[in-house]
Amino acid sequence: MNLYEYQAKRLFGEHGIPVKAGDVADTPEGARAIAERLGGTVVVKAQVHSGGRGKAGGVKLASSPAEAEARARDILGLDIRGHVVRRVLVDPAVGIASEIYVGCVLDRARRRMIVMASSQGGVEIEEVAATNPGAIVRVAIDPAFGLWPYQARRLSYGIGLAPMHHAAFGLIVTALAGLVVAQDATLAEINPLVITDQGELIALDGKVTIDDNALFRQPAMAALRDPGVETEAEQAARAAGLNYVDLDGSIGCMVNGAGLAMATMDVVKLFGGEPANFLDIGGGAQAVKVEAAMRILLADARVKSVLINIFGGITRGDEVARGILAALGNITTDVPFVVRIEGTNAAEGRAILADAAMATATTLEDAARQAVALAARGVPA
Amino acid sequence: MSIYVDGSSRLLVQGITGREGAFHTGHMVAYGTRVVAGVTPGKGGESVHGVPVFDTVADAVAATGADVSVVYVPARFAADAILEAADEGLGLVVTITEGIPVHDMIRVTAALKARGTDLIGGNCPGLITPDEAKVGIIPGSIVAPGPVGVVSRSGTLTYEVLFALTERGIGQTTAVGIGGDPVQGTKFVDVLAHFEADPATELIVMIGEIGGSDEEAAADYVRDHVSKPVVGFVAGNTAPPGKTMGHAGAIISGGKGTAAEKVAAFEAAGITVARHPDEIARIVAGMMGRS
Repeated sequence: MNLYEYQAKRLFGEHGIPVKAGDVADTPEGARAIAERLGGTVVVKAQVHSGGRGKAGGVKLASSPAEAEARARDILGLDIRGHVVRRVLVDPAVGIASEIYVGCVLDRARRRMIVMASSQGGVEIEEVAATNPGAIVRVAIDPAFGLWPYQARRLSYGIGLAPMHHAAFGLIVTALAGLVVAQDATLAEINPLVITDQGELIALDGKVTIDDNALFRQPAMAALRDPGVETEAEQAARAAGLNYVDLDGSIGCMVNGAGLAMATMDVVKLFGGEPANFLDIGGGAQAVKVEAAMRILLADARVKSVLINIFGGITRGDEVARGILAALGNITTDVPFVVRIEGTNAAEGRAILADAAMATATTLEDAARQAVALAARGVPA
Repeated sequence: MSIYVDGSSRLLVQGITGREGAFHTGHMVAYGTRVVAGVTPGKGGESVHGVPVFDTVADAVAATGADVSVVYVPARFAADAILEAADEGLGLVVTITEGIPVHDMIRVTAALKARGTDLIGGNCPGLITPDEAKVGIIPGSIVAPGPVGVVSRSGTLTYEVLFALTERGIGQTTAVGIGGDPVQGTKFVDVLAHFEADPATELIVMIGEIGGSDEEAAADYVRDHVSKPVVGFVAGNTAPPGKTMGHAGAIISGGKGTAAEKVAAFEAAGITVARHPDEIARIVAGMMGRS
């Protein structure tokens, strides 16, 4: 789960990382009121889960409350890479002397959270990694202790920070390392961490991702979820306990198991089709999940055919087939589908489906070819 | 021969009285696995499919000499269960549980390194040595003994491949599902080392997917240390960046971890790469002269 910038910065503040005391508004008038309260020049920033906000016109300076209102009016409703802006953050503007990057990310290969720092703040770290990898300094967080002082020193010397800022920088990176552990974050970035013209270090922008699997013990983080960022299909899938990712193609895919679901999409593409989604209905093929999954797929008008691919393991193929029939009996549609069952008792399963006049397939290749052909033929009017 | 488990393995089931634990214990027992004990705190003295249940791993090990554990306990208690098994000296802990918090897995993997316990998983189907031991949830009906070692990050995709191999009369030494989480115990390279050292394994099938860099590390390892032929597959060529594809670890982030990169690494290391799952068994059969 991703936090918005304003949520991330509030969290930074709670953990002792210096931030500017702005506030969020969902109306231009609200933005004006915040600017009045703050006084002076403010910056109005779109709150969306997307990078490239500046380039898209989502970050603007305003030298008066009236201007803050006007800028908020411009930004609210803006579409930034498919994300509509519903909220703006109004922060006091700061005079920037230099910008640093500090981030705490998961290093999967080392099985550690690591802290990365770079003197090149304000640009995406992936870009720095590609163009100037030597500019990034990394240290791994000791899971039994946290960040050691020598590691903080390694970072500040490593990025060539002026000695007068080492103490403040050390507190910030230590607090960031503490935050990720305390809040079950898998990513926490301060980008940029600015040195102001007054010589202060301030977290100007932030990004935090909380581990969805840890939300049960992070109720304050769970409460920050914005249901508005999920599509209807995603919400329905989550409610039904299905893993669903929307794509642009025309062939709906329903599969048991994530790896097999990915492979099924790949085979569809290999045989000339475009998958409409990733959808993993989990183990077996319970009728209730098949039905929920089918309703999600059919709600997508772009779906011209559906490929159901189920491997019967401990849940046998004949049981799977009966589950599919029960589920589809409750649904009326003109969209054609093909069912592939493989594994234990697969032949019995296919016979049950064939008796019900359903298109079946044995190999994944055959199933993909049929689904692609059905999609090309189009849904009968 | 086999790797990790065989007919002499004495299996302990943690979370044996839960729905998943009890169900799969039945299947493991029916397969002929020596399931010697189960643990659920507060349920000591009960029995599940004839397997005695203990309150603690310490009690279970003392009474039965269990040396391998399989964990079905819910995600929020899984780290604790894994550490309990490691603390009692079990050499291998296989964790089926899906959804364990990342920070728990960071703590657990660090602690297990110090104790010398191997962890397979979490979020994995476990492993099976055909006709000897089934530890986890891989269906016993789709495997047969033979010369192919299988290692995979996936569940049902692995079953597909096992089934296709078995249908062609090609059996397996051991099949290992290492799981789809971003932080896991055993990685590809660990399993590859075991297969390379196992005299009965003649050929290795390795099934990867998007996310992370374990496939790339495995490719380097194969190039430098594996003399046996390896057939590979990587799922997720059509996965969009930045989206988690079911498995928590299956995500392309910052442009890294794509299927194309992994396939290129496999090919550069001399691994024969299948374009889709149906091809895997076909390629293996061809290599073994059974096409």
